[in-house]
Amino acid sequence: MILAAVLAAIIVTMGLALVRAGKGPTVFDRILALNMFGTKTVLLIAVIGFITGRPDFLDLGLVYALINFIGVIAVLRFSKYGDFADPDREKAS
Amino acid sequence: MTALLLTLLCATAVAVLRMRGLFAAVMLMGIFSFLGAGWMLLLDAPDVALTEAAVGAGISTILALATLALTTRKAKRPVRPSALPLAVVTITGAALLYGTLDMPRFGDPEAPASNYPQPSYVERTDHDIHIPNVVTAVLGSYRGYDTLGETVVIFTAGIAVLVLLRGSRKRRPAADGGEDAA
Repeated sequence: MILAAVLAAIIVTMGLALVRAGKGPTVFDRILALNMFGTKTVLLIAVIGFITGRPDFLDLGLVYALINFIGVIAVLRFSKYGDFADPDREKAS
Repeated sequence: MTALLLTLLCATAVAVLRMRGLFAAVMLMGIFSFLGAGWMLLLDAPDVALTEAAVGAGISTILALATLALTTRKAKRPVRPSALPLAVVTITGAALLYGTLDMPRFGDPEAPASNYPQPSYVERTDHDIHIPNVVTAVLGSYRGYDTLGETVVIFTAGIAVLVLLRGSRKRRPAADGGEDAA
């Protein structure tokens, strides 16, 4: 019962994050929406794993969390430098 | 549950289509990938879900952003209404839907997919490979060379894309980024 409520809450939050990613208006709203959506996916995997009685998919959730983290760092670098280049090396050349 | 995720997937796809700011579209594509990965996990395909998350949400997002750095951040408005492409897409989609009518039901034990690679793999995996997941055992060991070939292909493609992106950056200095064009 509690797990079902959590599942519903996660789905609603996913929808809200989706709306925020679509509406914007600033680039940081969208990045945060993407990051939050990744986190919600991890939670969704965990909850579904416990609802179906197979928590072995938790490993997958951990991988998603790592991918999400690296992806957000890459996106933030891009939005700051407009490029993925190392700023120090760019200055030196 | 599956229907909910699919509804969110459709909403994301429509949002991507209607988006003119390309940065926002890339973000939404990342969300689309996460949703797709969650859906595949629900269908009991954790290996496909893992690949979808790594490639779709991770590498594709970064590649698309790198492309945006080289080109522009805003899509051009289509010049004329596109009736013919819509018709082609609709007909293709209808044909694909028609094709799924012949498919066995999801999880059908009589389906060819459940019977064709010998069911004895399921029994032998634990003894042969010593890991609990049969799909991983087939991919990583029984068909190890096949998987190695696939990995080589993907690795080569990745190197080629990196070389292309780097090469064009040397010729043209990077444009200033920072503010969202949407």
